[in-house]
Amino acid sequence: MKYVDEFRNGDLARGIAARIAAEVQPGRRYSFMEFCGGHTHALSRYGITELLPDGVRMIHGPGCPVCVLPIGRIDLAIGLALERGAIVCTYGDTMRVPASQGLSLIKAKARGGDIRMVYSAADALKIAAANPTREVVFLAIGFETTTPPTALAIRAAKAQGLANFSVLACHVLTPSAITHILESAEVREFGSVPIDGFVGPAHVSIVIGSAPYEHFAEEYRKPVVIAGFEPLDVMQAILMLVRQVNEGRAEVENQFTRAVTREGNLAAQKLVAEVFELRSSFEWRGLGEVPYSALQIRPAYAQFDAERRFGLAYRPVADHKNCECGAILRGVKRPADCKLFGTVCTPESPMGSCMVSNEGACAAHYAYGRFRDVAVVVPA
Amino acid sequence: MKKDYQRPIDFKTGRIDMNHGAGGRAAAQLIEELFARAFDNHYLRQGNDGAALPAPAELLEGGRLVMACDGHVVSPIFFPGGDLGALAVHGTVNDVAMLGARPLYLSASFIIEEGYPLADLQRVVQSMAAASREAGVPVVTGDTKVVEKGKGDGVFIATTGVGVLPRGRDIGGANARPGDVVLLSGSIGDHGVAVLSKRESLEFETTIESDSAALHGLVAAMLAAAPEGSVHVLRDPTRGGLATTLNEIARQSGVGIRLEEAAIPVKPQVDAACELLGLDPLYVANEGKLVAMVAPEAAEAVLAAMRAHPLGAEAARIGSVVADEHRFVQMATRFGGQRVVDWLSGEQLPRIC
Amino acid sequence: MVERLDGDQALVDLAGVRKPVSLALVPDAAVGDYVIVHVGHAIGRLDAAEAERTLALFGELAGGEPAAAPAIPA
Repeated sequence: MKYVDEFRNGDLARGIAARIAAEVQPGRRYSFMEFCGGHTHALSRYGITELLPDGVRMIHGPGCPVCVLPIGRIDLAIGLALERGAIVCTYGDTMRVPASQGLSLIKAKARGGDIRMVYSAADALKIAAANPTREVVFLAIGFETTTPPTALAIRAAKAQGLANFSVLACHVLTPSAITHILESAEVREFGSVPIDGFVGPAHVSIVIGSAPYEHFAEEYRKPVVIAGFEPLDVMQAILMLVRQVNEGRAEVENQFTRAVTREGNLAAQKLVAEVFELRSSFEWRGLGEVPYSALQIRPAYAQFDAERRFGLAYRPVADHKNCECGAILRGVKRPADCKLFGTVCTPESPMGSCMVSNEGACAAHYAYGRFRDVAVVVPA
Repeated sequence: MKKDYQRPIDFKTGRIDMNHGAGGRAAAQLIEELFARAFDNHYLRQGNDGAALPAPAELLEGGRLVMACDGHVVSPIFFPGGDLGALAVHGTVNDVAMLGARPLYLSASFIIEEGYPLADLQRVVQSMAAASREAGVPVVTGDTKVVEKGKGDGVFIATTGVGVLPRGRDIGGANARPGDVVLLSGSIGDHGVAVLSKRESLEFETTIESDSAALHGLVAAMLAAAPEGSVHVLRDPTRGGLATTLNEIARQSGVGIRLEEAAIPVKPQVDAACELLGLDPLYVANEGKLVAMVAPEAAEAVLAAMRAHPLGAEAARIGSVVADEHRFVQMATRFGGQRVVDWLSGEQLPRIC
Repeated sequence: MVERLDGDQALVDLAGVRKPVSLALVPDAAVGDYVIVHVGHAIGRLDAAEAERTLALFGELAGGEPAAAPAIPA
């Protein structure tokens, strides 16, 4: 697979790992946060953590859009299916997120809700066209990568004059997530969990470009290296971060030069701006209300906004009191620190969203990293 | 009017209706013109609701009977490299074979949805009959029911297989021991990708076909290649893929398994398709592959026997069984790291982020 | 990308496997270009020259020679 396999080369990986180990300053600890689902996945699937020296720790940030989706939003979607008889379409992972009253979309489906998994917003459009007498609602989640496809779908719905299609918009913005973490009490507090740098998301950066991160580097004096989603990309980015920290720099560097430019994908940005506008505030699971962090549909496309169409009122719902998703999403606690991890909360019966998506910190740790919690001898 | 004239069933344009399941003349005609004709054997010709079967030699010599059953609900019913009918035969023959038993007979129960095209039903049944003949395992008894439109997905097939084990043979998921070698009979992911690709409108240069196959011949060759008792575990990684099967065995046997990713055969197109669909081949279903855990001193011989058989040409040694109270299945990645290969949670869902 | 189809659709090819995706977000992609695909859409083009440069850099880093940080059009 061209431009795929080469970026997964094991020999090169060992070489870069050796480089990182050589350049890490002895006795110094480095903590880097990545908040791109693709990166969490790459770290797990390829076992990159094993190749990093002990002093380098990777923290999973809130880069999993399913994980930051608050219970209240899922409740709205379930309500649309069970009480309003709408066909609710969503991406696969969203179906398992636990919501109120022990329900989730998949459980609501078992109770008779017409809830369908789709691979893209366009699929939801097709369902709407095929079922003209039913209301079809697309539960749209995701960061800046999945937002353009949703915008396309809404624009297409308008062009096709579809009268039964709407979107429950839960799209969130990456820079706001980062700011919120940097502003959070634990991180600011010296001696708590310092984050030395960020691995910038791959796909999101293709869309928004590298410019939006310059603000963090300047204002908070934290280096950002935008990395591609293949394992060698991630390793190179870690090396670049180590170098920045060692040299006392705080810049935005682009490792993913083959796909990311400073401006990003202007066509996609323009499309999004046409259909969406900023929400003044939005609840993120685990982070609470975050200002200017999410999008809502513009008045010009109001008929496609499920919240307006169905007169939905948002009610926030608190997580299980022992669920540490919030702290884990902010990078201040690890999955193993949560009392519920691995016992009450497992991938089969997730209590919080970090366990649901396989890019959630807890699910990734459960699936791929749990063995590190116990002393397992790997034969040479 | 000719006596006893019955208009033959219109297989070209006809559809199943409630009469076909009512047990009356229409039902009898369907059985005669479709099922009995396709599966035709001595037992079915008796025309009874059950089959009286002779005791096989191994049983008389102190062996044991083996029984296995399966429900087949695959959708779409026809896919590259196979269909529901062939799958039904292969699946149950394989379940019997995975115990190290010789498969002898099959039963087949059809639950058909009102309105299902007879042309398709005929195609499925004829394919099933062909698979049965090729495997040398006859369908000796069966049943047909029709459910109302909307209450069945076209057609479901449930099969039961009967086989026999020679005296003393005990192969099962709880028998893996630290030190055993893990062997895999060929490339993984073919079936799942073949089925999914249709749905996802993937096109292939060379079509990926389901690997659906009856494995009892391969198993017999493997067992013959080494002293009795060398092969401890046999299992076919169907739903949930290789990862699920290995986790099941690890749990049953109370052991850990260590794999080498580089040793696991995956066809390049299956790899690419999984990449495009956001899937991990380790969790994708196979219908013509098996995994074996074999005593280390016998591993070479068994592997050679596998490679000599058409269904095991790409057989490989993919890892070993270790002592591990946590029963982890762990893999050394091609990339150089380590990862745990865990159970599948729910359906495998393509990643969106 | 190997072929343009109707409307916004195009066929992309990965190791001989082809899939239709939407080009609506990368309207100026041409046959022969490499694109990055996500949820059924091409979201950006892959600059082959930069890809080669990155690969070369990996090689240098892995080879143990002091390498300068990559050119940063950040």
